[in-house]
Amino acid sequence: MGKKSLAAPYIVWMVGFIIIPLLFVVYYGLTDRAGAFTLENLAAIASPEKVRALLRSLKLSVFSTAICLVLAYPLAMILKGLHVKKGSFVVFLFILPMWMNFLLRTMAWQTLLDKNGVVNNVLAFFHLPGLHIINTEAAIIFGMVYNFLPFMILPIYNVLIKIGDDTVEAARDLGADGVQTFFRVIFPLSMPGIVSGITMVFVPALTTFVISDLLGGGMVLLIGNVIEQEFTFTANWNLGSGLSLVLMVFILISMVLFAKYDRDGEGAVM
Amino acid sequence: MMKFLKRFYLAIIFIFLYAPIAALMVLSFNSSKYMSRFDGFSLKWYEAMFSSDLIMSALKTTLVIALISAVVSTVIGTAACIGINRMKRKPRAIVMGLNNIPMVNAEIVTGISLMLCFIAFGVSLGFGTILVSHITFCIPYVILSVMPKIKQLEPSTYEAALDLGASPFRAFWQVVLPDIRPGVLSGFLMAFTMSLDDFIITHFTKGAGVNTLSTLIYSEVRKGIKPSLYALSTVMFLAVLVLLVIANLPKGKKEFAKEI
Repeated sequence: MGKKSLAAPYIVWMVGFIIIPLLFVVYYGLTDRAGAFTLENLAAIASPEKVRALLRSLKLSVFSTAICLVLAYPLAMILKGLHVKKGSFVVFLFILPMWMNFLLRTMAWQTLLDKNGVVNNVLAFFHLPGLHIINTEAAIIFGMVYNFLPFMILPIYNVLIKIGDDTVEAARDLGADGVQTFFRVIFPLSMPGIVSGITMVFVPALTTFVISDLLGGGMVLLIGNVIEQEFTFTANWNLGSGLSLVLMVFILISMVLFAKYDRDGEGAVM
Repeated sequence: MMKFLKRFYLAIIFIFLYAPIAALMVLSFNSSKYMSRFDGFSLKWYEAMFSSDLIMSALKTTLVIALISAVVSTVIGTAACIGINRMKRKPRAIVMGLNNIPMVNAEIVTGISLMLCFIAFGVSLGFGTILVSHITFCIPYVILSVMPKIKQLEPSTYEAALDLGASPFRAFWQVVLPDIRPGVLSGFLMAFTMSLDDFIITHFTKGAGVNTLSTLIYSEVRKGIKPSLYALSTVMFLAVLVLLVIANLPKGKKEFAKEI
């Protein structure tokens, strides 16, 4: 039905606003201010301060992705167990927080996690030790998990609900116990959701500059902060573009995984 | 016991997701302007919000951009889905691969790339560049939610409509659209939400003088944020919540009861 030409406006749009802009990043990243070819902007990543920021970004994003996965998988299983229709109210509750500005929500954690904040009062009530993580790397991991958890839950949930009850029953009929059914049937079948969840959490966590800005108190620099400052503060676009290119190497690795497991884009957010 | 544990876990995650929202709502009624203590109930931040030109114009910009980019990306995206579905395997894979770029790429890189491109072509940054950028990152989400519906379509119904004398446009409007409507609607909503909540791409593609709520909040954070912004986001959040509950009431009541 329809005609191929209906895709033409989007293809023109993609060339104009996705491909050409990315070529500009490549151009700026590989030239100096005078426009001559150079690899200096890429090599700049090797300076101690930038290596530290990149390694810290990798560390924090790996941690937060792992935490998201550990939190999200059981949750997606529970949601699947509720047997509700797709797009139901409970599932929508995970998207709803996005209607309150994420900068404000992230900032609110600063109040909640404060030394005398609500979280510590609740912990004290249960005679638990207090949390003192504000302006540390732990606070940034916390903020990343908070912001990106829904992006892990939804793809895993979307894959899990496609696994029919008959598949699970077949495994049980063939003599698998609950643990075997999970590790040999459900878990392998949910791999596409896990992979797309991991990319959807890892990339924004790796490249964020906002969360570190808000919860790190400006003390913890991530690679995203370094790049952002090259554009808004020092106005060295060539260096900023060069560092972005380095960052994109990591994103490309995720994209290859994404394309392999998620050919139809079915595991993604919606 | 298992059932209790499951509900407990679900509740913990919901508390985690909604705690900051609750905190902002409480603080929007705080008569003190400090985030750290609650001094008593007051509506003064709500008054301050309505009388602040800065906030009202940022709100207007945010809503106008979200609405236009949702409409435009829904139209372009739905049309593209129909076209892409007709393509041969290889070009389709290429287009879908390109479609993934804005979703998989880092927002900071997308923002920087658009900024460099606009400036290189001499386009001054402002309302228009924010809008174009938002449409760019919204279309992939529309395609993602419309594509599965297009794939489920029975091509013969469209052809039957044509055989019965309908124009292609009428056949689309009366035969195809009703079948794909849920996908189109959720694509539209997703696009609207993404545009509304975006900060990073807007941060790089906005010029001086134009602010969306996100960029306004970001600049206020450094100067010390005023609770009138909490008041605004409380109003927006509650408005959406009420709309959703109303939309879900007729069909959702029984289901909701079952879920909880």
